[in-house]
Amino acid sequence: MQINWQKILVPIIAMAILVGFWEWLVWYKGWRTFQMAAPSDLWPAYRRHEALFWQYGWQTLWRTVAGLAIAVVVGTFLGMIMGLSRIMNDALYPILVGFNAIPKATVVPVIALIFIGQHDFNTVLMAFLISFFPIAVSVAIGLSTLEPEYRDILRSLGASRFTVFWKIALPKTLPEFFGALKVAATLAFIGTNLVEIITPHGRGLGHLFQSAQTNSDFPLMFAVLIALAVLGIFLYYVVVALERIFAGWAERRPT
Amino acid sequence: MKGPGLGNLIEIKGVTHAYKTKAGPLPVLEKLDIAVAEGSFCAVVGPSGCGKSTLTRLIAGLMFPDEGEVWLHGELVKSPRKTVGMAFQNPVLLEWRTILQNVILPLEIVAPRMPRRQKEARALELLEMVGLTGFEHKRPSELSGGMRQRASLCRSLVHKPDVLILDEPFGALDAFTREDLWQTMHELRQREPVTAVLITHDLRESVYLGDQVVVLSGRPAHTQHVMDIPIPGPRPLDMLYNKDSVDRLAVLRKQIQIAQGRTGNEERAS
Repeated sequence: MQINWQKILVPIIAMAILVGFWEWLVWYKGWRTFQMAAPSDLWPAYRRHEALFWQYGWQTLWRTVAGLAIAVVVGTFLGMIMGLSRIMNDALYPILVGFNAIPKATVVPVIALIFIGQHDFNTVLMAFLISFFPIAVSVAIGLSTLEPEYRDILRSLGASRFTVFWKIALPKTLPEFFGALKVAATLAFIGTNLVEIITPHGRGLGHLFQSAQTNSDFPLMFAVLIALAVLGIFLYYVVVALERIFAGWAERRPT
Repeated sequence: MKGPGLGNLIEIKGVTHAYKTKAGPLPVLEKLDIAVAEGSFCAVVGPSGCGKSTLTRLIAGLMFPDEGEVWLHGELVKSPRKTVGMAFQNPVLLEWRTILQNVILPLEIVAPRMPRRQKEARALELLEMVGLTGFEHKRPSELSGGMRQRASLCRSLVHKPDVLILDEPFGALDAFTREDLWQTMHELRQREPVTAVLITHDLRESVYLGDQVVVLSGRPAHTQHVMDIPIPGPRPLDMLYNKDSVDRLAVLRKQIQIAQGRTGNEERAS
């Protein structure tokens, strides 16, 4: 296979220009590390706290993934009820929309107050709360837009609603589900970090960020941001890989 | 309760049905009578929106009439039955399954305990009959519309149903592919005897495939005209161009015009 150099080089050059401009700006303005960080400051900042990055990074990651996993189970279940029952859809949809409209940062203190001291629990709960909505909606829409013929083919043979769901509706919804899961994975990260930053309890990259902020340590703050981005990209591509495995059939093959 | 007529596998007696809408009940079928003898093909034609698809759902036991009775094999239809096969205008194949797995689907419901090898052998036998050998392991998206419809026909027959319900299965195909599939249908009937109700908009199709053509009136539909076509299959395609067929088509066209509430003069004027 021929390597498409343009596809590889163009993004790299673009990124190099951006980083170069950032480095130049900091140098030109003479900003100190408590005013702003330059890209060249980030690696030393990371090296200084390397052990913490790995420890906190892991804490952030597992709590995000745990929250996301619960969001998948609950979101799919809610979407299933809403997609299969008109009445449940009418009942639940306004509640979900209303809940989704609440800025999640305001929920963090509430949760922290209710489950005081339960840091891991709070964080996982927040990651779940913020990320189940797109999953529920996509599953509900996927199920309710199922063409009636698909149902009829199995129902006319006396298949149960569950069989129709399991053999047809669920697999047919997978492409929409994975689309939503990509959004949800990003949201779950936001949830985890909200808790880690707003109610710091000595865990997670959010805590590291928060303590860097207290010390006006810009290099460390930016290093944490990059670390969070790396984790987010990692999780995103895990979802993409799962999508290839379970819903690869939905991709158009070049003919 | 009186049983069905002798030898009729499908018997629809005095069926009346209305949909509930916001504007009040919308009657779609009114005192509809259709009788289909065992092993024969009944083509149902009628104006658009006259309740033909409602009819298929009633026969399949997916819906129940407000009044009247639907009998299959001497049994009153009260629930879906495993002895019904369905094919629609939209082939509704499952994209994540291969053609072979798609054809097997009804067997997974009707005969879950049947060994996989046996299911596959049965599906392959049907795929061979419709000329899809070599495509078993393709995905539906890799097949043409006509081939997808052939696979859909195989799926509707794989569990050896008594009753085949065809809801305009050839409606979305181009004319040549459609004629190919008509012939395939005759060949399938030779090897897989089945009693069928074919819903169609195409009068030529009804004459070529039907042993009996039923013309429904406009909504609410009742049986307006029944025409027998006592020609044994498989029928050659030329048959459509002989005098008998042309005469039959003329009668049916006339009946459709009446069903649409039009006269011959109006048609000429438009």
